[in-house]
Amino acid sequence: MKKYSRPINTELRAMAYLLPALVIIGIFQFYPIFKSFAMGFYTKFDYLTDRVYETGLGNFKYVFSDPDFYLAMKNTCIFVFFAVPLGILIALILAVLIDRQRHLKSFFQSVYFLPFITSTVSVSIVWSWMLNKDFGLVNALLKLFGIPKVAWLTDPNMTLPILIAFSVWKGLGYKIILILAALQGIDTQYYAAARIDGAKAWKQFLHITIPLLKPCLTFLYITSSIGAFKIFDEVYIMYAQQPGPLKSGLTIVYYIFNKFYRHWEFAIAAAAAFVLFLIILLLTVIQFIIADKKER
Amino acid sequence: MKIRNRLKHSVSFIVLAIGALVVALPFIWMILTAVKPSNEVLLMPPKWFPSTLVWENFVTAYHAAPFKQYLANSIFVSICITAGEIATAILAAFAFSHLKFRGKQALFIGLIGTMMVPSEILIIPNYMTLSHFGWINSYKALILPWCTSIFSIFLLRQQFSTIPVAYYKAARLDGCSDFQYLWTILVPMSMPTIFSIGILKFINSWNAYLWPLIVTNTVEMRTLPVALAVFSNEGGVHYNTLMAFSLMIILPIFMLYLLLKQQIIKGVGRTGLKG
Repeated sequence: MKKYSRPINTELRAMAYLLPALVIIGIFQFYPIFKSFAMGFYTKFDYLTDRVYETGLGNFKYVFSDPDFYLAMKNTCIFVFFAVPLGILIALILAVLIDRQRHLKSFFQSVYFLPFITSTVSVSIVWSWMLNKDFGLVNALLKLFGIPKVAWLTDPNMTLPILIAFSVWKGLGYKIILILAALQGIDTQYYAAARIDGAKAWKQFLHITIPLLKPCLTFLYITSSIGAFKIFDEVYIMYAQQPGPLKSGLTIVYYIFNKFYRHWEFAIAAAAAFVLFLIILLLTVIQFIIADKKER
Repeated sequence: MKIRNRLKHSVSFIVLAIGALVVALPFIWMILTAVKPSNEVLLMPPKWFPSTLVWENFVTAYHAAPFKQYLANSIFVSICITAGEIATAILAAFAFSHLKFRGKQALFIGLIGTMMVPSEILIIPNYMTLSHFGWINSYKALILPWCTSIFSIFLLRQQFSTIPVAYYKAARLDGCSDFQYLWTILVPMSMPTIFSIGILKFINSWNAYLWPLIVTNTVEMRTLPVALAVFSNEGGVHYNTLMAFSLMIILPIFMLYLLLKQQIIKGVGRTGLKG
């Protein structure tokens, strides 16, 4: 009897420490993952009583035959395709420049970091005010250079570029700080050796800095892509709760939100959400494989 | 050579300065618009500096909505989420770093896997769960789902593991309980990590929009970002009061940031925390 009492005891003790976190994770993370997967297959159900009358592939069929969903996928993919590399590239350039500064290093860091910690709602509202066609600051500044007014917020061709610029602007500081931290970890002896061998600055950058930053850049690429796929708040606010002119800002999360919150079509929204999850999962796995292969 | 270096240096300085100006422009414009008299807001070409500083814009924004209630909600909800997350993460991280129990590896891997699921997916079932509990439009709905974070558990586990096991063994020999050891040794020694987690969680909860929008449906329960979004859509809103409202939401975070800039930046740089 005594032999068994100890391990059970330690297990109970561990359980006590884990319990608060596990209860919350269980109810609000584990359960919903399975639930939303299951809900994608509910074709007839009563959400109030949680009673399911019919299951099937109907919701997935609906989603995959809905032109709006394809439009949302297309918009989101274009957004991710441009916003993520552009954001990392600009952050990389700025981080390297900041790293070389002797003075004002922390000043620049703090300024670039500002958008990251401010409320997306607040800054989206300022952006839409600045992009106002008739009274906005952006058009006023363009006028100084003789460029005619641009209907930023009502021209469907402008929606994705604006969202990309917004996302680059908002995420710049976070990326700069991570790259700066990684830059600090590079042994200066590499550069000293390269200088002795007569390597030019940009060659040093290409053959020392970039390869040694690779783990950091890979991390940024994966996390930023995942984040970018979930774009919603800024579209919703900047375009007065609409998905942009002519649905040019319809994104996957906007689609899900719309089905769920506006039309109360829970099951269709769940099916669409599950597709989003699969896309992100696939993307993550592919990127890990590529990163892994290149490392060898 | 020296001149070339100096030239390079000043070029990179100019690039950085222009970049900083562009990045800061929306904030500058927000502040300038917030103190403008109404008849100077819509001028074209715009007037950069107002002829008089109109602080009443803040008063107008404050009275246009039950601002005090929103502010109280935002503060209360953000503090509860932050405290809740830190407490649950510390406890769980201790179990994962110092205790032996069956299924530890499997559980840990399961948690890491869950981290990849986008939280947007969880919104629909979570909304249903909360409405079954009858919690929609309550503080519980705003707070409880966010009171833990797998990423924080993971970070803290890493942090706790860096503290030598010898300390733990010595403390146990001297009759120190696990719980005492955790709060008197591990937690104080891990303060920088805990602090980073807490501050970023606070900022993120303060700025959260989609979740509070979905689970609240009365004015009394709204948080500041939701209130601002509603305010911006009401007819007849002037840009100067709107900017004043926006500024009032950002201001507490600005001040927090000015105060704790180094800790926040270091924390993010060390851990990759996003909040």
